[in-house]
Amino acid sequence: MKKFLVYSVITLPLTIASVFTGCSVDSEIPEELTKEDVKFYVPSGFPQPAYNFAANPVTIEGFELGRKLFYDPRLSRDNTISCGSCHMQAGAFSHIEHRVSHGIDGLLGTRNAPGLWNLAWHQTFMWDGGINHIESQPLGPIANPVEMDENISNVLVKLRNDGNYPRMFEAAFGSDTITTQRVMWAITQFQGLLISANSKYDQVQRGEAQFSQSEQSGLATFRSKCASCHTEPLFTDDSFHNNGLSPEPTVMDPGRMHITNDPADSLKFKTPSLRNIALTGPYMHDGRFSTLSQCLNHYTGTMYPSATLDPQLTSGIPLTAQEKTDLLAFLATLTDYTFIQDPKFKEQ
Amino acid sequence: MKRVAFVFVLSLFALCAACDREVVDPPPVDNTNNNNNNGNDTTPPTGNAVCLDITHVVGALPLRLDQTLRYQNLNGDSFSVELVKYYISNIVFMDSAGNTWAEPESYHLVNAADELSCKIYVENMPAGVYNSVSFMIGVDSARNVSGAQTGALDPANGMFWTWSSGYIMAKVEGHSPSSTQAFDVYVFHIGGFGGQYAGQRIVSPSFNTAQAIVTSTTVPLISVNGDINEWFQTPNVIDFSSLNIMNTPGPTSTMFADNYMDMFTVTSIQN
Repeated sequence: MKKFLVYSVITLPLTIASVFTGCSVDSEIPEELTKEDVKFYVPSGFPQPAYNFAANPVTIEGFELGRKLFYDPRLSRDNTISCGSCHMQAGAFSHIEHRVSHGIDGLLGTRNAPGLWNLAWHQTFMWDGGINHIESQPLGPIANPVEMDENISNVLVKLRNDGNYPRMFEAAFGSDTITTQRVMWAITQFQGLLISANSKYDQVQRGEAQFSQSEQSGLATFRSKCASCHTEPLFTDDSFHNNGLSPEPTVMDPGRMHITNDPADSLKFKTPSLRNIALTGPYMHDGRFSTLSQCLNHYTGTMYPSATLDPQLTSGIPLTAQEKTDLLAFLATLTDYTFIQDPKFKEQ
Repeated sequence: MKRVAFVFVLSLFALCAACDREVVDPPPVDNTNNNNNNGNDTTPPTGNAVCLDITHVVGALPLRLDQTLRYQNLNGDSFSVELVKYYISNIVFMDSAGNTWAEPESYHLVNAADELSCKIYVENMPAGVYNSVSFMIGVDSARNVSGAQTGALDPANGMFWTWSSGYIMAKVEGHSPSSTQAFDVYVFHIGGFGGQYAGQRIVSPSFNTAQAIVTSTTVPLISVNGDINEWFQTPNVIDFSSLNIMNTPGPTSTMFADNYMDMFTVTSIQN
């Protein structure tokens, strides 16, 4: 009862307020961020991150600048494509329902835009691991001719000539000098803070929720048959594997070998994290599967034979129909609704 | 003329910065004004320094950056040179007593089209009599894996691979009728920072018996020839008909790296 009263005391004025604001609910005034909002933290059970924010300490101003840059189409040649164009918060920063993404001039890429979360724990970026540092990552899509096709020098000129950016750089970094490094630092403050650690799975780990029987069985199957690559708690080993997909003949994507020139890396791609996996379809590096069931059916089916096929997958992964059902139930517990609704990650 | 325009734009920036609102706090980390000779600080030092003055040549001919096919490589291909850029980093001087002095934050981008960048001032050196120098052609592996850099290492300088992180250690571009590429172009970008395909090379062009005498009031001028033809010969003869485009680390990029190791010759030292 007491709880109810307290609840009413809090909600009543809110209700009244919302009645008064009425139809302008969507044109909300962005909330002021607090220092707590932009504090980088290591969720319980997580390993130490790969990225050290000591040299690039997150501030409210730096985070806000990074967020503005993330959603700014002026990072592209014709000012049409932003990072957020292909990385949508509602899809855990993946490109919802896009097998591959259309970048500048409607050009299609060859690989599926991955979701973005827990990036501070990654040593390598992109499906082929070509980018070796979170701060260097944005340079890839900015320069890619089918994504943003822009020269970073031009981006700097656009930002320097803008009415707001110099002031924002000054607030974030102490002077209004706009350099590549500061642009990358700011975006890193935003991207590095995309921490997803409040899925039902996480709540169960913290003792705040309980799995259903099917979810629990799914976890057991997951741990015995999937976790060697999709390692908890990040659900990726941050490494590269050939998972038996036949190369798509029009693309013939060599995967990791594109970067290393090493035939031993042929057809290997980075293990994607399975967090938020229910939201990030289509699946696989080329988005060939629309559903998670198709992914599971791939692993129980015939592997494309090649010298680099992961030895653990020589005969695929045997799964019964019940195991598949339970796995899907478990994978759904990896969706982090707090993360995809967090207002501080929204375009302002 | 270009340089004048550049300096003018720089001054405009400086003016704008000067009349700006008061700066409340010093920047947390401000290494935007690195020790590099890419335009920020153009006042030559008056002491405790040396100047490495690089004159580019192609074999016996001076380097001219245009489309004229005036050069010939050891393979017999005629070619033009239209762009030459490379890094010099990790400069270390040794004195007559065997003591070494390493330039801190030692990253310099040499662009043959920018005369200023071909005169590398190494500053804040202890007074001494130096009789050798060593430096790296390229950028050490550490800076290839440390995220966004600034100054000479700013990715905006066009010497950074964005799809496969890492610096282009050196690049040369031009035309050659031997090339099988469209418009007869050749493009050689030498990168790769680790393992068997690393493109950096540490070199130590000999002073012979000469010495650079650094005092608080002198800046010895070390004149160095940088021969671009060496990129195409010794030990590996580059045949422009079979190799005319390269933009990824691999066995062919290391051929160039092994070649450019002997591109520098110290021609004189004026104290």
